[in-house]
Amino acid sequence: MTKIRTRLSLPKTVQKGEVFEVKTLVTHPMDNGFMFSRDGQRIPRRIIHRFEASFNGTPVFRADWHEAVSPNPFMSFHASVEESGTFEFRWHDDNGTVHTASAEIEVV
Amino acid sequence: MRSAQPILLALGFLAPVSSPMAEGPDLFGGEFPVSGYHYMGEQVRALQDDEFLNPGLFAIEYGEELWSTPTGGNGMSCRSCHEDAPESMRGVAAGYPQFDEELDSLVNLEARINEMLTAHMDAPALPQESDELLALTAFISHQSQDIPIDVDISGEAERYWQEGYEFYTQRRGQLNLGCNQCHDDLAGFNLRGDRISQGHVNGFPVYRLMWNSMGSRHRMFRWCNWAVRAEPYELGSAEYLSLELYLAWRSRGLPIEAPAVRP
Repeated sequence: MTKIRTRLSLPKTVQKGEVFEVKTLVTHPMDNGFMFSRDGQRIPRRIIHRFEASFNGTPVFRADWHEAVSPNPFMSFHASVEESGTFEFRWHDDNGTVHTASAEIEVV
Repeated sequence: MRSAQPILLALGFLAPVSSPMAEGPDLFGGEFPVSGYHYMGEQVRALQDDEFLNPGLFAIEYGEELWSTPTGGNGMSCRSCHEDAPESMRGVAAGYPQFDEELDSLVNLEARINEMLTAHMDAPALPQESDELLALTAFISHQSQDIPIDVDISGEAERYWQEGYEFYTQRRGQLNLGCNQCHDDLAGFNLRGDRISQGHVNGFPVYRLMWNSMGSRHRMFRWCNWAVRAEPYELGSAEYLSLELYLAWRSRGLPIEAPAVRP
């Protein structure tokens, strides 16, 4: 898929302090730079090298990714929140673009 | 000799005629057809079943976008005529490929989409195996989830069915193997790390882990041909269309599970 797509899974509402799982998925070829195309040209490295998650502007999770991460990377982590707010996710692409997604979560 | 004959006949009668895998690991008690899903490992099955993780669902999302996106000279989208796909496209994929009298040829889902684009929407045909064509095929096939495959092989289609059967049983390539030798006789056995399935087409287009991408039935045929070291035919070729009809008939009754994940 040429267009990068993201998918998120986290609860819409949680209890204060409750631990929940945040699941993320992004479509990306994760070309590791070691592969050759059919006509013998090296396919240049293009991976997502950093994944970041923040809640209401505060960083809560970060991961550096390398060449060995497979295409369409999946990342999940656990979190708990004290107040309602917005989760923001950023995937930093080698080509300079940053793919973003966000999700609201409400404390009840 | 004379007395031996009735015994042989009796043994022949007792042999499990329904099982093509009499000498192989009979994983499903000779049941046929069994979806490739059941031949996969637990992890891959879990990946297909997970509505979050199944990578094929990205193609479905893209297909849904394309369904409503106006394209071509007269500004129409698929939705302009067919409206809501979950209703209008329910069960459609289960009947392809089918014989088209006007075109006087066999038409699979990909060819039908391209015919719609060129003949009715004044749009260029989508290239075979392009993300767009795969997305639309996957999206439309997905609407037939759980509907059993049921292709029509009567009338004109019978000739193509016969051709497909001949293709299926024809030995080919440096390995000199016919499709049937593995998928009929050896389903359940391992080919190195892979378990041989019965070779059904109910999951297509599939997300294949080996390819890291979606693939159509014809791409799989090309891969199979390449794997026995035969020269593959072109995507959408007459040979593969006939084979597709035969295989769809062979998978008749199996519920469609697109987008399937395959190893």
